[in-house]
Amino acid sequence: MVTDAQTIQTKKLSTPEYLSRFFFNHPRTVLILLLAVPLTWLIVFYVGPLLILALQSFFYIDDYSGTMVKQLSLNTYAELFTPPNMEIVTRTVTMAAAVTLVDVLIAFPLAYYLGRFAKGRIKSLLYLGVLLPLWSSYLVRVYAWKLILSNEGIANWFFEVVHLTGVRDWLLSLPVVGGSSLSFSYLGMFMVFVYIWLPYMILPINAALERVPRSLLDASSDLGAKPGYTFRRVILPLVFPGIIAGSIFTFSLTLGDYIIPTVIGNSSYFIGPVVNRLQGTSGNVPLAAAFTIVPITIMGVYLLLARRTGAFDAL
Amino acid sequence: MSDQKNDHQAAAPAVQFTAVERYFGDVHAVDGVDMAIDDGEFFSMLGPSGSGKTTCLRLIGGFEQPTSGRIEIHGQDVTNIPPFLRDVNTVFQDYALFPHMTVGQNVGYGLMVKKVPQAEREQRVKEMLALVQLPDMQNRKPSQLSGGQRQRVALARALINHPRVLLLDEPLGALDLKLRQQMQLELKAIQHQVGVTFIFVTHDQEEALTMSDRIAVFNQGKIEQIGTPTEIYEQPATKFVAGFVGTSNLINAEQAKQIVGQRGDYALRPEKVSIVAEESSVAADQCCVTGTIQDVIYLGVNTRYVVNLDMGGEMVVLQQNLRASADNPTVSHRQKVMLIWQRDDLRLLQG
Repeated sequence: MVTDAQTIQTKKLSTPEYLSRFFFNHPRTVLILLLAVPLTWLIVFYVGPLLILALQSFFYIDDYSGTMVKQLSLNTYAELFTPPNMEIVTRTVTMAAAVTLVDVLIAFPLAYYLGRFAKGRIKSLLYLGVLLPLWSSYLVRVYAWKLILSNEGIANWFFEVVHLTGVRDWLLSLPVVGGSSLSFSYLGMFMVFVYIWLPYMILPINAALERVPRSLLDASSDLGAKPGYTFRRVILPLVFPGIIAGSIFTFSLTLGDYIIPTVIGNSSYFIGPVVNRLQGTSGNVPLAAAFTIVPITIMGVYLLLARRTGAFDAL
Repeated sequence: MSDQKNDHQAAAPAVQFTAVERYFGDVHAVDGVDMAIDDGEFFSMLGPSGSGKTTCLRLIGGFEQPTSGRIEIHGQDVTNIPPFLRDVNTVFQDYALFPHMTVGQNVGYGLMVKKVPQAEREQRVKEMLALVQLPDMQNRKPSQLSGGQRQRVALARALINHPRVLLLDEPLGALDLKLRQQMQLELKAIQHQVGVTFIFVTHDQEEALTMSDRIAVFNQGKIEQIGTPTEIYEQPATKFVAGFVGTSNLINAEQAKQIVGQRGDYALRPEKVSIVAEESSVAADQCCVTGTIQDVIYLGVNTRYVVNLDMGGEMVVLQQNLRASADNPTVSHRQKVMLIWQRDDLRLLQG
């Protein structure tokens, strides 16, 4: 044995052999090598710009010259908190919250069926159905919805075929959410948002549901709980992290989106298009930056609240 | 199988199966099971995986519905009654503890469902955790417990509801040997203390023999034999039982004709056989065969001998190592020997 060990020690090693032995004995070096590229990428292209963005939101535009003054001040935030701008924030947040809520309501039953009952081919087809829209162009789908919802579109045709134009007209006559047509109303915009982010809600809920062992449901039932009780006390708490994960997607994606409010709706302002306009045509980068800080802050507060309610306890 | 115990009992059996079948597509998981489990007994369902024992347990719990047949619990037909309306509780194989609840909340779950006031609930949780020897564990999470502790929590959670029947689905399978043996005795003691009918599923024949009042041996969706551990071991009814519970030498019709003078399939336990010198005398109530020692396997308590019979085939013999000598000097490899046993120890098998 001793002589064997000595031969291994003294044997001339080939480069790959030497390297693999070096890496085996230096796990920390391996970790650094593996993380170097992604970590650099993360810092240079994600964290860095975000910090610069935050910094720029404390600069301001000089009213006379129209140029950016690179001095720290709260002038831009004072502008952000004026009523017209806050109205934009409120409108966007309300839309994001409504979209998230309805996405949860639609996604849950589907994810539940997918995770608990669907088997084999049906399951694959359903997964495909959820994922397929994500493979096609986002812009194409938004413009497709523009056509669907327009006055000449199939939505209107459908209402006429089933003789429910009264319902449509009533919906469009509602204050705030209504409008001249589905494609020019909050209602239409809301429908498109709900559609476009739905897969991002289904997938995390489905993943969370699949992780709940069948025996837990059996156990709850065994201990006398009716299905509704089992749902509230066992399924919901265990799936809640999945719902939170999904809502992070739907909520933040709606907060930041600038295509849908531009293509569909009554051209009232949402955060996304406003940021687009401010940093583009208006050249007011500080205010654009301040507007961008809003969704980030909202998401931060949202996550803190979610953690406080114990949403992540079951992770 | 008729049940003698039940004949002189007025009360209905704890669980009664009448011609119960459960098919999953083409698979006959339970294929015509009749059995009556007495009130207060420790009843084991023993069999290899896929023999239908767990499906039978799930049928009693209500997690499966029979394809046909009738299931009664204490005289009440429960065939179409959901689990949450049955007076039965289960200790699941994976324990199925709720990961988002503390140990106390897990144990008190059944009481919470029944809306028992919190003060009483806490009191009973405390008592139950004391019974399973886990005091002061209420505030732990299941993930902080060892396998054995989880098993006890699962037991406490089921027993706190005072079920009339407790179902246990291989609850000791995940524990190491020492802990398993300890839990076997504890389970038996707890059953004695609470007086509840225990229905225990296991594939471990030793476990079933250790713990049970009666055992049902399952094979391919059917019950091969129901009986006390002694009956099952000493008088196996079928070839399967003889082979699955302990080990048996199977004597086929041809061999039987030469040994006992009549045809038939017989089972013979290895420890009933003695090895003697080739020319020994044989009493009238004894049987004998001659052969050559093929293998000697030292097992600590016993030594196992594999003997090639002169008439063809082989026989396994188990001899207790009564003395501290390293090996038995009279028996060694390739030696010609005679095997003898009491004729009564031969067990005629059905089918």
